[in-house]
Amino acid sequence: MDLGLSEEQEMLKKSARDFLQKECPKRLVRQLDDSDEGYSIELWRRMAELGWMGLAFPEKYGGGGQSFLDLAILLEEMGYNIVPGPFFPTIVLGGLAILMAGSEKQKTEFLPRVARGEMIISLALTEPSASYDAASIKTKAIARDGGYVIKGTKLFVLNANIADYVVCIARTRETTDPEDGITVFLVDARSPGLTCTLLKTLARDKQCEVIFDDVTVSEKNVLGRKDEGWPLVRDILQKAAVAKCAEMVGGAQVALDMAVNYAKERVQFGRPIGSFQAIQHYCANMAMDVSGSRFVTYKAAWKLSEGIPAAFDAAIAKAWVSEAYGRVALLAHQIFGAIGFTMDHDMHLYYRQAKAAEIIFGGGDFHRAIVAQELGL
Amino acid sequence: MDFVFTEREEAFRGEVEDFVERELPPDWVEKNIYWPAGYGTLAQFEEPSPQVEQFTRRLGEKGWLTVSWPKEYGGAGLGYIEQAIFHERMSYYRAPAGEIATRIGGPTIMLFGNEEMKKEWLPRIARGEVRFWLAYSEPNVGSDLSSIQSRAIEDGDDLVINGQKIWGTAAHVSHCAWMIVRTDPAAPPHKGISLVIVDNASPGVTIRPLINICGFHSFNEVFFDNVRIPKRNVVGEMNKGWHYLMVALDFERLAVPIGGFRRTFEEIVQFSREANQNGRTLSQQPLVRNKLADIAIQIEIAYMIFWQTAWMLDRNLVPNIEASLLKLFTTELSQKLANTAMQVMGHYGELEGTSKWSSLCGRVCLGYLDCISALVGAGTSEIQRNIIAMRGLGLPAK
Repeated sequence: MDLGLSEEQEMLKKSARDFLQKECPKRLVRQLDDSDEGYSIELWRRMAELGWMGLAFPEKYGGGGQSFLDLAILLEEMGYNIVPGPFFPTIVLGGLAILMAGSEKQKTEFLPRVARGEMIISLALTEPSASYDAASIKTKAIARDGGYVIKGTKLFVLNANIADYVVCIARTRETTDPEDGITVFLVDARSPGLTCTLLKTLARDKQCEVIFDDVTVSEKNVLGRKDEGWPLVRDILQKAAVAKCAEMVGGAQVALDMAVNYAKERVQFGRPIGSFQAIQHYCANMAMDVSGSRFVTYKAAWKLSEGIPAAFDAAIAKAWVSEAYGRVALLAHQIFGAIGFTMDHDMHLYYRQAKAAEIIFGGGDFHRAIVAQELGL
Repeated sequence: MDFVFTEREEAFRGEVEDFVERELPPDWVEKNIYWPAGYGTLAQFEEPSPQVEQFTRRLGEKGWLTVSWPKEYGGAGLGYIEQAIFHERMSYYRAPAGEIATRIGGPTIMLFGNEEMKKEWLPRIARGEVRFWLAYSEPNVGSDLSSIQSRAIEDGDDLVINGQKIWGTAAHVSHCAWMIVRTDPAAPPHKGISLVIVDNASPGVTIRPLINICGFHSFNEVFFDNVRIPKRNVVGEMNKGWHYLMVALDFERLAVPIGGFRRTFEEIVQFSREANQNGRTLSQQPLVRNKLADIAIQIEIAYMIFWQTAWMLDRNLVPNIEASLLKLFTTELSQKLANTAMQVMGHYGELEGTSKWSSLCGRVCLGYLDCISALVGAGTSEIQRNIIAMRGLGLPAK
């Protein structure tokens, strides 16, 4: 058993924190949140130069050959700072999916470009039913002329408005088993018939409605096996849930750090409010939530890195961290009082992020249902 | 990072498993009513038991009561991870495996006792021949331990002790008090306290039972009337007892029966699989599944904090905050587990173990009472939060 980060991981963590603090100040975060694109090309390029995009890709695809756990550590720092942009869908939802299921040709075609920061990918999974089960996939892909024609509406699709490619999950066959007949497609976002509408959301995180109106895709753009795509979707979702947990751990850590620092400085009744037990106990609860969240997240991320079945641990992490981050963010707001309720203050950025991160890929109840199933109930 | 046991750790775990299977009475784990992290239902506290005695001696022979101690003091000479593995397995089987002397007194002596004291006490503790009880609280002194009134006055080579202690868990079945006394009343409260060992058999020691809400005799009030102890029974230096006590309390907070949570949870899961309501088992009902999953998740987190503390100790890092986190998280989980068990089992949870209708030997009924104690002993939840906030996060005292 070894529960510590390696020297390289500590270094990655530190360099990521320093870089983002300097290159992604909250002024830029606010500016990007207010924009339609939601990302900075300049910052995107710099991140690619640092090797972040390809961090977890093998070297032969232009990557850094590092593990999913390393990527999770990087994401923790991105959550700590908040980095608006399409990193998560491009790398975790798109890149890793191609790495897991792509043909050699697809990997050679896509991954080096992603690693160089030249391609943005989005995942079009959820539909108006807003759930993460196979039965909710109603979008159809019908075989025609050696390719497919996709028709349907995808909703809550992150960063589709700036994507070069959209990973689209569609139904290619109707059977009694909803998990059967699902196929994953790599769709050029500029294809005729594909329209994208930006949605205004709580975390201003550029979720979109994406309509596929008879969008043609060639056979070679099928990712993985035809009709048998659901296990891939499940794998993507598992990695995505744990990666999101890593981001949340970072966010919860900074909410705690900010609140503790404030409690040391803010004076009321002639003493720092951090000397009052009510505030101290809030902070202790937050610290407990942050520690617990980090431990379960690392364990799940480590299992995924090692290729060990992680359904149980991933569900545990997402169920717990989703709600823990929410509790931490709310307590931090309570400590900041009125100043935290202003646009000028940073706290609301994390409060928004916490809720969006809880909802995406399923929250507490959703993942507790998986935990119960894994327990054999 | 590596979240699985090494081959060596795995082998040790197997050895412990085999030992338990061989040495523990076959119906022990089913009959034992211990609730994880509770203070009120430990069988070995109720009365001296030959079974417990024998099992303890066998553990002592293997050096397993003190897994991480050096062999020269009777330990097994292994690491803290092995010690944690040992306690995880033991608590999973609700096995009696060490107590105050092995888990709190001994490790503190190892750090602060002089060589003479180490030689006198550690091997006997490691063999399971001497058991301690904690003489900390007094009738008017609970969380604010530095205000203790019990006095020890120097008299030649002896100290003479007068005072009263309360909540002496298992004092009546132990050999010695691990006691804090005031030795310098003129000094500031924290600087006039010494840590001493007092033989229960000393003239002037009177032990009276206090019956806890589970109906058991686990607590005692203990009176010290001109009790004489040799000065060599002072741990470390005179008047430095407060510092030693803080370390001893960390050791106490690390002594978490982690496997007990998993075992009890598994039993409740099993109950939910077997109990039928309206044509389906409880385990098929979404609300029950959600509640049980929530507990499973928290047990997993408790385990992670548990391994983390052991891992830190093996690297000579002091898990001061982690000890408080572990204590706080697990004790609160003890209550959540009891409440969830009650909600899942309904009326069956209310039954004591005496009826033919009883489930799980009435453990849940008693556990629902016992779980109150976990958040009070070894520093209340409020004290743990103070420690995390002030020592861990650096928040100011004033």
